[in-house]
Amino acid sequence: MTTPTRTAPTHPLRRVGLYAILVALALVFLIPLVWMVITSLKTYDGAQRIPPDWLPDPLSGYGYQQILTNSANPVLRWFLNSMLAATLHSLLVLVTASMAAYALARMRFRGRGVTFALIVGTLFIPPTSLIVPNFLIVDSLNWIDTLAVVVVPGAASAFGVFFLRQFFLSLPKELEEAAVLDGANQWQIFYRVVLPLSKPALATLAVLSFLTNWNDFLWPIFVLFSPEKLTLPPGLGLLQGSYVTDYPVIMAGAVLASVPVLILFVLAQRHIIQGVSRSGLKG
Amino acid sequence: MADMIEVGAARGDAPPPAASAARRGAKSANRVGRATPYLFLAPYLVLFTVFGLLPIVLGIYLSVHQWDFQLPNRPFVGLDNYKELFSSDSAVFGDWWQSVRATAIFTVISVPLLMVVPLGLALLLNRSFPGRTFFRAVYFAPYVLGVAVIGLLWRFLLDANLGLVNRLLGVVGLPADTPWVTDVPWAWVSLVGVTVWWTSGFNAVIYLAGLQDISPELYEAARVDGATAWERFRHVTLPGLRPVLLFVMTTTVLASANVFGQSFLITQGAPGTETRTVVWYIVEQGLRNNDAGRAAAMSIVFALMLAVVSLANFRLFRYRED
Repeated sequence: MTTPTRTAPTHPLRRVGLYAILVALALVFLIPLVWMVITSLKTYDGAQRIPPDWLPDPLSGYGYQQILTNSANPVLRWFLNSMLAATLHSLLVLVTASMAAYALARMRFRGRGVTFALIVGTLFIPPTSLIVPNFLIVDSLNWIDTLAVVVVPGAASAFGVFFLRQFFLSLPKELEEAAVLDGANQWQIFYRVVLPLSKPALATLAVLSFLTNWNDFLWPIFVLFSPEKLTLPPGLGLLQGSYVTDYPVIMAGAVLASVPVLILFVLAQRHIIQGVSRSGLKG
Repeated sequence: MADMIEVGAARGDAPPPAASAARRGAKSANRVGRATPYLFLAPYLVLFTVFGLLPIVLGIYLSVHQWDFQLPNRPFVGLDNYKELFSSDSAVFGDWWQSVRATAIFTVISVPLLMVVPLGLALLLNRSFPGRTFFRAVYFAPYVLGVAVIGLLWRFLLDANLGLVNRLLGVVGLPADTPWVTDVPWAWVSLVGVTVWWTSGFNAVIYLAGLQDISPELYEAARVDGATAWERFRHVTLPGLRPVLLFVMTTTVLASANVFGQSFLITQGAPGTETRTVVWYIVEQGLRNNDAGRAAAMSIVFALMLAVVSLANFRLFRYRED
């Protein structure tokens, strides 16, 4: 991932051309995000001008004040709900997927082939086609409109088990064998030897699970109802419904939902990008 | 249990005579016991069974019943829910096929772009220059934002009067009053354009990993043979990327066919219900109109359609290999 195979263009003019293209593309990807921030700092009237102003005039905290003080849209509450849900989801995935993946990678037992085939098989079923039956299942568990409904069901995804199993298989067996000679049991080997060796893979899975859960939209809009129970994505939908063209408010909400994942992306860029490329090559 | 103790003893680490039989059993069970793999698997398998396998079985069961959340009777109706999708006089026929059409239009336009644009980005990034990691991160950045943020943002950017897109078009002297989200074909351009903007970085990163797996010697050999840049791309890069192309193609088709949030938030189905997609229509039938039976039948027909398309992809790529 870090060692490009092609040599750089040597001619200075070609280099200038390359950077011109790179920068132009970067603007295409960044300007919409910058515009989101600019608009969130306008007043209602300021955002209604046709054609739109390039910069906020006057600069205003109106949008943020609306989302933080209007009790009909408890955006801070949604923010906390999302944070809690994504964190718990990510932990649940780490614990369950790592244990299962370890058993599938390193232990011999009856039914291993069938179990793994079933798990991988579900990777080929579009998750959206299971939404209606899954709704019935969480309904019969009385989980509708609770935190559990956005934390637990998604952890059944086969991705984490598949991803970690591949990683465990790539670890050298010698350390585990040495631990066996030292008298360690399976749990100790897993917890003291394998997990510490797998920190990069675990971090990648944790970050990807967090992102997926933080951004999930289709499921929560159907299983969460009360304003104080919503996570940010369905909350933003509600915000759009009640503010319609009051764009500073809507954009302030969008900024609030973007900041944590953008920070996470900056901090964990390597993990996210490696996770994505690895899932591509080995999937 | 006796079995486990035997295994423990056979491994030559039998406990001292003072230890009780029970403790001995438990300890060796931890080591190599038969139960150990199942204990490790148990937490995940509970989740997987309840939310991964059960919904498949339940979906099939629902699809052969008339299942309304609000009615006590849920009679068995055989294949009626399926037949309705294919008989033009049923209540759902028109809406169902319109949603299939919308999904097909979106998929057919978006997939080629989502194959080619990211490949261009990856080729651009697949060389060493200062700032490479930075640009890769910038191109990938939109992908980490959820569809809710993307949807709200682009609904606004594409607003015919207040939006930035028409504003910028006006600045360069192009028509500045295009109804991007309320009329076709503009609505399709918008939905596809936003998706390309949003997810190209993701596919680019996958391509990039594939490009780095192609041996530099192959390029060197081609250069020695006097191959042009295009010939090197055609005869070294593309064949080297074949498995990655298959992966990207398959996952992109599935992702595009499952499109929901973009049309739900940006065009809101407009004009009329012309951009309402299959996933949207299914969840609306199942969860808003309480018609879980019909929705389940639609889900299964839809999953089968996708399976056929995925198989066709595999055939296509295998064919080329021969």
